[in-house]
Amino acid sequence: MAYSEKVVDHFNNPRNMGSFKKEEDGVGTGIVGAPECGDVMKLQIKVQNDMIVDAKFKTFGCGSAIASSSLATEWLKGKTVEEAGKIKNTEIVQELNLPPVKIHCSVLAEDAIKAALADYKKKEDGKETIK
Amino acid sequence: MKFPIYLDNHSTTPMDPRVLESMLPYFTEKFGNSASRNHAFGWEAEEGVDAARKQIAKLIHADAKEIVFTSGATESDNLALKGVVEMYHEKGDHIITSSTEHRAILDTAKTLEAKRGVKVTYLPVDKFGMVNPEDVRKAITDKTILISIMFANNEIGTLNPVKEIGKIAKEKGILFHCDATQGVGKVPVDVQEMGIDLMSFTAHKIYGPKGVGALYVRKKNPRVRIAAQIDGGGHERGMRSGTLPVPLIVGFGKACELCEQEMAAEGERLLVMRDRLHANISKALEDVYLNGHPTQRLPNNLNISFAYVEGESLLMGCKEIALSSGSACTSATLEPSYVLRALGVGAELAHSSIRFGLGRFTLDEEVDYAGKRIIETVTKLREMSPLYEMAKEGIDLKSVQWAAH
Repeated sequence: MAYSEKVVDHFNNPRNMGSFKKEEDGVGTGIVGAPECGDVMKLQIKVQNDMIVDAKFKTFGCGSAIASSSLATEWLKGKTVEEAGKIKNTEIVQELNLPPVKIHCSVLAEDAIKAALADYKKKEDGKETIK
Repeated sequence: MKFPIYLDNHSTTPMDPRVLESMLPYFTEKFGNSASRNHAFGWEAEEGVDAARKQIAKLIHADAKEIVFTSGATESDNLALKGVVEMYHEKGDHIITSSTEHRAILDTAKTLEAKRGVKVTYLPVDKFGMVNPEDVRKAITDKTILISIMFANNEIGTLNPVKEIGKIAKEKGILFHCDATQGVGKVPVDVQEMGIDLMSFTAHKIYGPKGVGALYVRKKNPRVRIAAQIDGGGHERGMRSGTLPVPLIVGFGKACELCEQEMAAEGERLLVMRDRLHANISKALEDVYLNGHPTQRLPNNLNISFAYVEGESLLMGCKEIALSSGSACTSATLEPSYVLRALGVGAELAHSSIRFGLGRFTLDEEVDYAGKRIIETVTKLREMSPLYEMAKEGIDLKSVQWAAH
């Protein structure tokens, strides 16, 4: 199977690969997938004033999984928390030209975004109660 | 060095130029049908086939009359299993095989279960992928008509104790079929000494042409009979009808002759290269695991799992090298290699496995280059891997509650 040019580009030049400290203020972390399924994605967002100012990822998985999460971090940056929640896996499929067998990679990326947002919100809500 | 580098010789091999040369006259000048008995064209073709039959038989210590030509090892496996079941159904309905056989055996066995009510025992293998002959003995019932165990595994290269299994089969008077697709031409195979009654193998794994294979069918002690699965002109002693592909058969013969002459030296050369590749990788990287047997394996096979890195991404990272992975992502099924799973290798490590298949035309510098690139790519992908990060932080990955999907 040949990979699309965009998948190859993200794979060879991953955007925003790395990690934030989980406990850092404004950081939301989402880890989805399972090693026995062959893919695990870790996606992190850094939020300031409801705006995602930075995002990072680390992925164990095939080239399409790596590309999906790399693309997700690009799209997350500059979005509000609410806008980020609207990113759909189908948009990732379209952008990366993923074949049907790789659609689950985009689903995983969407799940990772949702998990990171949920983690961020949970941390924020925790702060509220402490106040 | 020429790119891409081919290290997938278990999948197929390039044809040896000497094989091609032997075939060429049989496409144009000596194009006759070897079954044509009444003219020189037929005789000439038949001579070519007869000579090839002898070359092939010699490599496996058989008689030329015991070679039945087929289209390849898949057909040979089908013919052996289906042919024996049909011929001996009155004697019994039980077959013994193993869980790490090639799909050509497993799927044929499944079909026989579903369509002919045959009972099949799938023996487990040990952690190195080896069948225990005592398990074979214990699985035998008074209804057992066939034991089918592979010579060498196509993924991990593990060599089965074929001779011991053959001995048990003989003792119990049960036919023994061996899928030796990966073994013939790579390591010594002797159907007499090993007590093999039926054996599948193919030309394209041993530097011969694609599209031709053989089933060895023992003629005496015992005389094995199989029901034909393709009817027609009664070729191949009635066991496999169809006009013989003379050029392919001539090439198959030449390929066997070359293996017979060069196997010993070639095996030694490949073993040295393979072991150096393994050593280089093990020296440079932590958490790499050898799949298969440390010594009882094909000299050209290396199968390694690189923890925390998914196999397909590793292949993508060194795509100037042709390799194969047990990762689900490289197959259509989404399940990682059933062979590695049968050895007890965890699914996560099965996803991380890479198979190196060296061959006759593999060069030292190619193997060294491949090792270097694998090391670089694994290092890069581990930097990208959340699992590696967690492991470095001292988190036991087995203790994490993963959301399986």
